[in-house]
Amino acid sequence: MSLIEITEVRKSYGTNEVLKGINLDVEPGEVIAIIGKSGSGKSTLLRCINGLETITQGSISVAGAQLIDDEVHLKALRLKVGMIFQQFNLFPHLTAGGNVMLSQSVVKKTAKAEAEAMARKMLDRVGLGHKFEAYPDELSGGQQQRVAIARALAMQPIALLCDEITSALDPELVAEVLAVVRELAAEGMTLLMVTHEMKFARDVCSRVVFMHQGRVHEIGRPEEVFANPKTPELQQFLGMH
Amino acid sequence: MIEFSTWDILRNLLLATRWTILLSLVSFVGGGAVGLLLLFLRISKRKAARAFAKYYIELFQGTPLLMQLFLAFFGLGLFGIDVPAWLAAGLALVLWTASFLAEIWRGCVESIARGQWEASASLGMGRLQQMRYVILPQALKIAVPPTVGFSVQVVKGTALTSIIGFVELSKAGTVVTNATFQPFTVYGLVALIYFALCWPLSKSSQILERKLNVAHRNH
Repeated sequence: MSLIEITEVRKSYGTNEVLKGINLDVEPGEVIAIIGKSGSGKSTLLRCINGLETITQGSISVAGAQLIDDEVHLKALRLKVGMIFQQFNLFPHLTAGGNVMLSQSVVKKTAKAEAEAMARKMLDRVGLGHKFEAYPDELSGGQQQRVAIARALAMQPIALLCDEITSALDPELVAEVLAVVRELAAEGMTLLMVTHEMKFARDVCSRVVFMHQGRVHEIGRPEEVFANPKTPELQQFLGMH
Repeated sequence: MIEFSTWDILRNLLLATRWTILLSLVSFVGGGAVGLLLLFLRISKRKAARAFAKYYIELFQGTPLLMQLFLAFFGLGLFGIDVPAWLAAGLALVLWTASFLAEIWRGCVESIARGQWEASASLGMGRLQQMRYVILPQALKIAVPPTVGFSVQVVKGTALTSIIGFVELSKAGTVVTNATFQPFTVYGLVALIYFALCWPLSKSSQILERKLNVAHRNH
């Protein structure tokens, strides 16, 4: 059984169908890059996986937890998949440490000392152990995004969804965030990332999904997809003619 | 005819001011509590709850406070309930204050970026937890200046309760005028006392606004 099973997923906004029957199975430890033009539905797909968007048809399950739109099922699902956003979305009224501790104590009811130890460990892991007491507005974009990664990791998810996590960063800050992701991939974390970092996708990912007009248009190992794109749409997207 | 010194007048007005202050506090605290409840209904996921809060707010904001006082005072009497003036005054002001505070606070909650809801949801928090730990702490900061500013309206609103016979500052002014025949002095003093109550409130609202630097703290 696959870790993440996406079966015939459809999603419409009114009459506008943005996902037109997506099938994708992700095995444990896989790193999947989802690429495609804006409007191709890649972010929507990612947001459906942890229930930030409701799906119109089809089913999604993560390690046996079904996506069902009620608070109990969503919580169970979200404990299994963490999510990292383009805009970081750190809680501005809490320190970096507080950000990483909050959901542990509120959702998992972890004792304070334990949550703090975990927070320190996770901040160390992303290279920000010394920023425990810093507020988000005292951190650079790259540091904020690394705190966001630590915050997601502290919930010990079995998979991470990354929604264009480097797109809001200045170019010189992209590398530090990607280095963290690369490390996670090496440690065997299951990752699904919507990204525009083609070089990163080529180097790190086990499979690349090219989305076009709400469908999985092409899928395969990065060396195949990037070197021999089969469809004209992907060739065009990659800038080959 | 008895002569009244200015001090006599002032002393009586100040004694009545205690009731203005008490009524303001009750209205503000009670209105805050009811307002918070309304806020939760107003942003609830349930359609019926949202609709109830919306119509409540529209009703209380769309009718004069004076009519609400009359209805509380005379209306309940129709059902055989004898309502003392202080109760009708307190009740009407609490309900009226709640409708405005709920709407002020809704604006503050909705000004919090969507990403905050999404990030906290994706960490597994339920709706109440999101409100309690993520949204309200941020919204509160934004809400302080307008809330304190609105308290000025509450203080001035208490003046209307004089009409249903609650003896607060304005009513005391009328009573004292009837005894002294010095309306200008008396109402002048009444106005000054209201100003002394309200001015520090509006001033502190301004100072808080600057201090919390609302516009420039979002990330």
